[in-house]
Amino acid sequence: MLIGTNTTEAHPVIGYKMRQAARRGAKLIVVDPRRIDLAEEADYWLQIRPGTDIPFVNGLMHIIIKEELYDKEFVKTRTENFQALADTVKNYTPGYVSTLTGISEEDLYTVARLYATTDRAMLFYTLGITEHVCGTHNVMNIANLAMLTGHIGRAGVGVNPIRGQNNVQGACDMGALPNVYSGYQRVIDKAARKKFEKAWKVSLPDKNGLMIPEMFEKANSGEIKTMYIFGENPVLTDPNSNHIRSGLDKLEFLVVQDLFLTETAEYADVILPGSSFAEKDGTFTNTERRVQRVRKAIEPIPGRADWQTIIALSAKMGYPMRYESPEEIWMEMASLTPSMAGITYERLEEKGIQWPCPNSEHPGTPFLHAGTFIRGKGLFQAIDHIPPAEMPDEEYPFLLSTGRVLQHYNVTTPYSAGIQSMWSEEFSELNPENAAALGVETGDMIKVTSRRGTITTRIKVTDRVPPGMLWMSFHYAASPANVITSDAYDPITKTGEYKVAAVKIEKI
Amino acid sequence: MEMVKLFINGKEVEVPSGTTILKAAEQEGINVPQLCYMEGLSSAGACRLCVVEVKGVRALVASCATAVRPGMEVQTHSPNVMQARRAILELLIANHPLDCLTCEKLGECKLAEYCYEYGVKESPYKGEKHSYPVETSNPFIVRDMNKCILCGKCVRVCDEITGQNVLDFTYRGFNSKPSPFYDDELVESNCVFCGQCVAVCPTGALTEKQMQRKGRRWELERVKTTCPFCGTGCNFDLLVKDDQIVGVASNPTSPVNGYALCIKGRFGWDYVHSEKRIKTPLIKKNGQFVPASWDEALDLIAVKFKEMKKKYGPDSFAALSSARCTNEENYLLQKFTRAVMGTNNIDHCART
Repeated sequence: MLIGTNTTEAHPVIGYKMRQAARRGAKLIVVDPRRIDLAEEADYWLQIRPGTDIPFVNGLMHIIIKEELYDKEFVKTRTENFQALADTVKNYTPGYVSTLTGISEEDLYTVARLYATTDRAMLFYTLGITEHVCGTHNVMNIANLAMLTGHIGRAGVGVNPIRGQNNVQGACDMGALPNVYSGYQRVIDKAARKKFEKAWKVSLPDKNGLMIPEMFEKANSGEIKTMYIFGENPVLTDPNSNHIRSGLDKLEFLVVQDLFLTETAEYADVILPGSSFAEKDGTFTNTERRVQRVRKAIEPIPGRADWQTIIALSAKMGYPMRYESPEEIWMEMASLTPSMAGITYERLEEKGIQWPCPNSEHPGTPFLHAGTFIRGKGLFQAIDHIPPAEMPDEEYPFLLSTGRVLQHYNVTTPYSAGIQSMWSEEFSELNPENAAALGVETGDMIKVTSRRGTITTRIKVTDRVPPGMLWMSFHYAASPANVITSDAYDPITKTGEYKVAAVKIEKI
Repeated sequence: MEMVKLFINGKEVEVPSGTTILKAAEQEGINVPQLCYMEGLSSAGACRLCVVEVKGVRALVASCATAVRPGMEVQTHSPNVMQARRAILELLIANHPLDCLTCEKLGECKLAEYCYEYGVKESPYKGEKHSYPVETSNPFIVRDMNKCILCGKCVRVCDEITGQNVLDFTYRGFNSKPSPFYDDELVESNCVFCGQCVAVCPTGALTEKQMQRKGRRWELERVKTTCPFCGTGCNFDLLVKDDQIVGVASNPTSPVNGYALCIKGRFGWDYVHSEKRIKTPLIKKNGQFVPASWDEALDLIAVKFKEMKKKYGPDSFAALSSARCTNEENYLLQKFTRAVMGTNNIDHCART
């Protein structure tokens, strides 16, 4: 069951495998407002209304509990707080859920029974679940569903978030987060802090740092004065880019390290040239926590690789870091990180290793939560519907949703001459019914306005999207979707609600 | 598992029931030529080059599509087999341009490799030849159907691996060829340009446009690495010549993806050599970026970072790290932020 993941475009090779499985006879359920490619392969395509994932999952659990299709043994031995969940989902009758989600009662029954009674049923999601004000609750509710049916902790089941970037898993694992060091060791935990202080021979701050949206709020308010932006382009990729631009503008000193003179780099006081993946040794960690080698194929084009640049800067700051190679960096990290302690470059040669891998004999861990959860028992969370922060209204009657297209990857591929020569501009998707009313055809330019700003884009008229929705990618600097996306955030993760904003459309 | 005993070239061999003769021979280290067979794809038995002689069976059998039987006596390189293979190769090259001097695939062309091995220099069969125009209308794949030997691997890989089903055989007999619906060009079709067809094509019929005349296959250094785009974690080989990337090749030992890649992984690498790359540090002076030396730039940053930290405190600094960069670089930047700048204000785009 896929909820909010357009896998064949955003993760094509995983998409191939899903398609192969469907053609071999696996049942495929696609839950998506758009008629994505995999909807064509699916046994059930549930065209859910954006922002109603919680009632949808609650509706499935309502049926599963009422018909006693849940895994009673798993619930009894592996979880707690079942009663609170049961009490909450009791209110989510198929009739009520159907009204909220737009999915028929019949489909709700069929899919609930199919998922619950299939021994090996996998759940997949990506940003269609997380990029909402209720993103964290969406994820917890999916975990509820998997625990309720015992679909977790063994091969062929599980909650499978597909990570978006080549090394977003690794960047988290390495502690490029404001609250943890590598391996999710908390900065507010005294013992962890002492360990890193001893290893790094320096005293370390004891309170959590800022998350990205907070950084830009404080840049706007003047509390953040200096930034070092390494390999990111928040002007194009973060929601409400006018707010990002004004924050960057207010900084007293900005360093950007990147391959290209990006929209963000324009604001820099100093730009350091970056090196691409082909110019350095190192590792990436994929969506299945598999650490794999990146190998240097050519000399760094600007003369040094990024790791060398950071070391050189640190030395100039009076804190020399002594590493001769990325492997030495890895070894220091592994020595301080129990979940990776058994991983060495030598062991990665063949097929990489999936962490946790606590010692040199450990083969790695293909799936988590076998036998027990990290906290012991799985804790059911009773979750009620949280609607999106901004819904279409009279003034802004269309719902804007955003994502990736197959041919592009975020904001790097526009620098690929081959790809850019065929896919050089945005074609936002609009339903034929709306297009006819607006008097626009495929290829026409439209003006799209939200409460944050205005952009222009070409459109493609297609019934891939339902009436009332405009769907855009965010790859193109000339049609920067994030000028108009919502500035609402999930309060826990501070992830922006990229998937729902209210806009109006005008013909140009 | 039920095991079957048979004899290959006089030697007793034991393999699981259902194994093909080809696999059984390969297990013994015997090199049986094959153009249409590929591990992971269904067997077509189309090229007939893998034929072997089985005692008691009148015709030669295609070893890729025939399962072993108990007591079977197989000859993989008998005079009959060798003669048949030579005849097959002569038939294949009867209508195949022998322009190997300039062919992109030379060095990885299976047809050329087997003609060399079996001593087939030219074809005694003189007849009609194709003269299809070479398709170059897309930026990724060059299609020269004059060089197609109808092995059908491109058709099967498009169906069985990518599942896009863009290619199938069109027309009949001599005019038969794999092509998109309506014999359109790839740009007019639903092709997703994953390039799987190019990766499996045994001849010069499908080649990478980006690699044309960039180097002979044997000159290219292969560096196995991990794709820099999405989180799937595909591996592939970067093909390198003279410190330049010239292409990407599938590496079937990749644990996640095997042969399979997508348009971005196989063809999107050229951003590395984009003319828009920044090659030296730049310092903004009077609103303009001016090239600077590394020392000049890093000295300025160090002075400014120290000055700001002193003036406004460590928490006036924030760093954005990168989900595109390596683990080692992310580890270093968080260490720098915490140990040198004295703040936990470090984050990256996992949440945005």
